[in-house]
Amino acid sequence: MEKTVIKSKLKKPKAGDVIFNICNGIFMLLFCVVTLYPVLNTLAISFNDGVDAMRGGVHLIPRLFTTQNYTTVFALKNIGQGAIISVSRTVLGTLFALVANALLAFIVSQKKFIFRSQLSLFWVITMYVNGGMIPIMILYKNLHLTNSFWVYVIPAMISGFNMLVMRTYMEGLPESLQEAAQIDGAGYMTIFVKVISPLCKPIYATVALFVAVGQWNSWFDTMLYNRMADKYTTLQYELMKMLSAVTSLKGNAGAATSGTTVNITPISVRAAATIVTMAPIVMLYPFLQRYFVTGLTIGGVKE
Amino acid sequence: MKQPDGSHIPGNMAAILGKDIRMDSKKSNVKKTRITAKELGRQKFMLIWSAIFVIYGFVFYYLPLGGWIMAFQNYKNKTGFLHSQWVGLDKFKFLFSDATFLRVIRNTFCMGTMNLVFTTVMAIFFAIVLNEVRHSGPKKVIQTVSYLPHFLSWIIVTGILNDALSSTGIVNELLKKFGLIKDTIPFFSIPALFWPIVTFAHLWKETGWNTIIYLSAITSIDPNLYEAASIDGAGRWQKIKHITLPSLKPTIIVLLIMNMGNLLNAGFEVQYLLGNGLVKSVSDTIDIYVLTWGISQNDYSLGTAAGIFKSVVSIVIILIANAIAKKTTDERLF
Repeated sequence: MEKTVIKSKLKKPKAGDVIFNICNGIFMLLFCVVTLYPVLNTLAISFNDGVDAMRGGVHLIPRLFTTQNYTTVFALKNIGQGAIISVSRTVLGTLFALVANALLAFIVSQKKFIFRSQLSLFWVITMYVNGGMIPIMILYKNLHLTNSFWVYVIPAMISGFNMLVMRTYMEGLPESLQEAAQIDGAGYMTIFVKVISPLCKPIYATVALFVAVGQWNSWFDTMLYNRMADKYTTLQYELMKMLSAVTSLKGNAGAATSGTTVNITPISVRAAATIVTMAPIVMLYPFLQRYFVTGLTIGGVKE
Repeated sequence: MKQPDGSHIPGNMAAILGKDIRMDSKKSNVKKTRITAKELGRQKFMLIWSAIFVIYGFVFYYLPLGGWIMAFQNYKNKTGFLHSQWVGLDKFKFLFSDATFLRVIRNTFCMGTMNLVFTTVMAIFFAIVLNEVRHSGPKKVIQTVSYLPHFLSWIIVTGILNDALSSTGIVNELLKKFGLIKDTIPFFSIPALFWPIVTFAHLWKETGWNTIIYLSAITSIDPNLYEAASIDGAGRWQKIKHITLPSLKPTIIVLLIMNMGNLLNAGFEVQYLLGNGLVKSVSDTIDIYVLTWGISQNDYSLGTAAGIFKSVVSIVIILIANAIAKKTTDERLF
């Protein structure tokens, strides 16, 4: 490939190529604009005076700057609690999922393990068959997982998909390392903790990233299982409530600050809440990108 | 060629998984290593944890399947599974005579298909044209930008989509500026626009991310093929048509089969968040139907029956897709 690039540089560029490259460039630019504009627009609206924003025409820069939307958001009843729960579920959920998936993947990757193929099949089936919303909800009720924090963590602990990804990675590691450790008398637990896991850091990071993003972004479980328990509300669910309030034009977000100035609107407050909910991901994104890229490159290269 | 940003991901995952699942079914009876008592003793750590994982998996994944008996009962919380009245197939009969349910199937199926087709085509297209961007700097920036929406929740995505399509939103503003429309279009009140909006939402969120798969497949194509083609006088388009696309075929097929199993699953969050009374007839999906009947109306039996329908159809679809792929090409999932 390298060669072709050089060659085509040496040759005189054809007119068709130039036109193609220009069109391609325009397309890419458009793609980036379409992707970024709505996000940046929300950012601008979140810093803009609410009533003023309703006139329309606020694009990338706030016209009438204010931080009132944010003070309103942070003063809303459930936002603080939602943030705490969202962070907790992301941290704990990721930790539990990582340990459980890794251990299970390790066991399934061991060629000598007697129930290897049965255990593997047992988990592959779960990827395709599931009981459905209602039976699962009844199960959680009976397990006393509803109206509880643990409904976020425990059912999501193992996923067949993540486990298989980890297993594939582990199977790609050179067997000699493990054999050497075994000759030195290491048991399977030692091998898992001291030999395999240190080598699996990239894939652990990748799976952790996926689980963490999933945990941070989920709202449906909050609505289904913890609707009655404000204690266990999440940021996403609070945002979702705001969104439905705006679309059904009830607009109760503004009511939170009635008595002070009325320069905020449901839309501007929601924009601020959106930014607050999005911020952790966007800020961590550059660091995370390294992981989902390198981790999986190695995962793919293994063959 | 080294891929500087090394964007391998689900594609490889999917390919690897597909292969693994395939291998599993064959491998199981190939090798029978004798396990000595000593080895078994050493495996105690793994045996104990497997037992724990099996119990966990049984409770959270297999036990809910037992709840399917609700679909054949008139389940009441008071009477439970044991003493609820048995009604046979009545719930299913009701479902298939219910015009709403039939409409909901149509909606789920159509939106699922539209999403699958358009996201796949767009991802392949975008991967190919992105691969033509030769400067690694801009390429990396574009990739970074294009992956970002994948990490935002549907709440956020539908929220900003709502803003963009609102009466003061950018879309109406631009359309007016270019004189294409006179009055603002109330996008979310027009039933005919709902499916395209949902498809667009998926495209916006997932195009970049889905591209990763195809990009990594493209970079693993033997560069000699392109070189040979250039010497033979093939142009850009011919190379894409005769080298790139055929090389992508295995990836495309494996991913299509995998995603077809999700065809009926993929229709929930967006429709729930964007839907409203005015477009209900086209926005409601099977999952929303289950939610309405099962949770809001407390008819667990009917909700379960609709859920069973979805699960069974999903499995049938994936098996059919797999069989077709096996017959027409060499690619298959299992």
